[in-house]
Amino acid sequence: MQSSSPAFKDNARAALADQTLQKALKNVKSGFIGKRAKARERLPEFDDLRDAARDIKNHTLANLDFYLERYEEKVQASGGQVHWAATAEEARAEILKICRDVDAKVVTKGKSMISEEIALNQHLEGAGLEVVETDLGEYIIQLRKEVPSHIIAPAVHLTKDQIEADFRHHHDKLPAERPLSEPVQLVAEARQMLRQRYLDADVGITGANFLVAETGTSIIVTNEGNGDLTQTLPKVHIVIASLEKVVPNLEDATTILRVLARSATGQEFSAYTTFSTGPRRPEDPDGPEQYHVILLDNGRSQMLGSEFQDMLRCIRCGACMNHCPVYHSVGGHAYGWVYPGPMGAVLTPSLIGVDEAGHLPNASTFCGRCEAVCPMRIPLPRMMRHWREREFERHLSPKAVRFGLAAWAFFARRPQLYHRLMGVKMRLLAAFGRNQGRFNALPFAGGWTKHRDFPAPEGKTFQQLWAERQRGGPAS
Amino acid sequence: MAEKAQRVGLFVTCLVDLIRPSVGFAAVKLLEQAGCRVEVPRAQTCCGQPAYNSGDRADTRAIAEQVIDAFAGFDYVVAPSGSCASMIKKHYPGLFADDPLLRAKAEDLAERTFELVSFLTDVLGVEVVESSFSGAVTYHDSCSGLRELGVEAQPRKLLNNLPGVEIREMEESNVCCGFGGTFCVKYPDISNKMVTNKADFVAASGAGTLLAGDLGCLMNMAGKLQRQGAAVRVRHVAEVLADMADGPAIGEPDPGSEQNKSGSAA
Repeated sequence: MQSSSPAFKDNARAALADQTLQKALKNVKSGFIGKRAKARERLPEFDDLRDAARDIKNHTLANLDFYLERYEEKVQASGGQVHWAATAEEARAEILKICRDVDAKVVTKGKSMISEEIALNQHLEGAGLEVVETDLGEYIIQLRKEVPSHIIAPAVHLTKDQIEADFRHHHDKLPAERPLSEPVQLVAEARQMLRQRYLDADVGITGANFLVAETGTSIIVTNEGNGDLTQTLPKVHIVIASLEKVVPNLEDATTILRVLARSATGQEFSAYTTFSTGPRRPEDPDGPEQYHVILLDNGRSQMLGSEFQDMLRCIRCGACMNHCPVYHSVGGHAYGWVYPGPMGAVLTPSLIGVDEAGHLPNASTFCGRCEAVCPMRIPLPRMMRHWREREFERHLSPKAVRFGLAAWAFFARRPQLYHRLMGVKMRLLAAFGRNQGRFNALPFAGGWTKHRDFPAPEGKTFQQLWAERQRGGPAS
Repeated sequence: MAEKAQRVGLFVTCLVDLIRPSVGFAAVKLLEQAGCRVEVPRAQTCCGQPAYNSGDRADTRAIAEQVIDAFAGFDYVVAPSGSCASMIKKHYPGLFADDPLLRAKAEDLAERTFELVSFLTDVLGVEVVESSFSGAVTYHDSCSGLRELGVEAQPRKLLNNLPGVEIREMEESNVCCGFGGTFCVKYPDISNKMVTNKADFVAASGAGTLLAGDLGCLMNMAGKLQRQGAAVRVRHVAEVLADMADGPAIGEPDPGSEQNKSGSAA
């Protein structure tokens, strides 16, 4: 996917001015935060489970080669195939080849962020295939030719009214007067439109929440059951997953599942948790004839052993963005690539380069709410800071910022000089500001005073007053 | 009771030093009332967060070393800011991962360093302070103090024990105000959205005074409320707890100034 991350500031400004988007974004706060908090309250051992989940992933990442090879053996033993893809291009080519080998015309898809990362739909459509997204949110944004704005709620940037209008426009064979203002009506209509497509499909593509090394199983969690229809009905099931999705065994997977849905939607468990191991066996009533797994690296192995390794624990629950005040303000599209919010601010520079995505780790107040809710205890602010360090080392930060910082640091490292200079500056500023108590414009502080007043200093600095007090002077 | 008074080094913080020294004197008063002997090392400027959060490790380390030296030997180091206290307490040791000697010094300093209100309550066991302040207040939880140091119940407890004070909690009191140090000037439009939300919640609480424990956040919120023409007064919580809330609130004109006395203020 092409990134617009360098234009983050413009994207953000446009998002802030978009009243419909702002209305839709209110649902993020109201829809997710309280539900997660309640789910957490209902499970006293929730924080212990977070520790356990973190430890499982840390162990897996420390032995990733071992578990991936074991996983591959087990997939093969169950009759499936694993295709290792170092890059997005390799993954796309492999998927297209599998589709062509069965002369596929229609491909159905369950929700997959990896598919977005490798821009799969464009590639398959370019090759003449019809691609049908079956997750409701993905289906909506496919109609609109948009990309997801959230990793678990791809259409969260839209209001119900917008979706109704889209359905009326695209489903033009249906009666015009049908009632369609309630979410349940929208869901029923999407279901009706999709039903035949599941049966038409030659290939079904899903993502994976977990790959289980012990059994060669891929696991998906959904709330609509669309993933099951996508992967069970067609002749071919292709799983696309990045390599850090592997866990050692089923018990590990279920431990992490216990924190996943609670952190994501506040559910104890998602409505469907589906385990797939290989193609249909002779005794199975249904299932695909072929089972393929595309195992994508696309930059992740570079993160191993770096200060960004912890990011590979991420299970894509979305809790970080659900709790992020910056995400709440600008929505997911402003971030300009596949992964928005705090997890995107760390992951995106790893995958497409910090020179491209430099704004993302900077556009954070380090309020720490993301880390506080992350089920995998990923230190997101710390890693955003690491990106800022890389940028600083490579002189990628803006010149004006570097110059200002250097000037400030020069004085901050020289206390005597600092106190003398600041003492004079503050008294001047105080003299100018005393009448009003504040400034509504200040040279070199336009970023501040554009939106808010700046309080005038009281006058003498604390250090000056303290020195006077020590000498028995005027201050008390 | 300790046999001799605790020797406390006050980490003033750059914003209190420059913009609102009265907060520093409120901190001194609270500490002295609690029996501490307060000293203010002159060799302090800032905790280094502007450099740290801009990716400038070298300057951050240099400033941290300066702070470590300036505050050697004190029983405790106390800052009227959760953000600066947390910088020293939670982040300094990690700066010296490759230098065991400095790391040990940083860890020693980290152990002795506290945010003002949590120091009074958690370390000194203060339950009641005396203040004649009267009115309804709402309290904003600044992010670092709240999430890195666990400052949440302590200021509310001391405020609740003041006879004239009524706390009116605002919605989302624990959500960032949009200050974020350099964030507010690097991404002013997003910051503005966040502080506008905050100002709306403050106004909706109906409290006449907004309190918090960090001057950066307070300046941000005061600046927005005043730009909107809201009548809410904004103060550091230490001013109220130390009964030093008689002067002008943050961003308010000083009625005692010469111009304002002569009635020429426009």
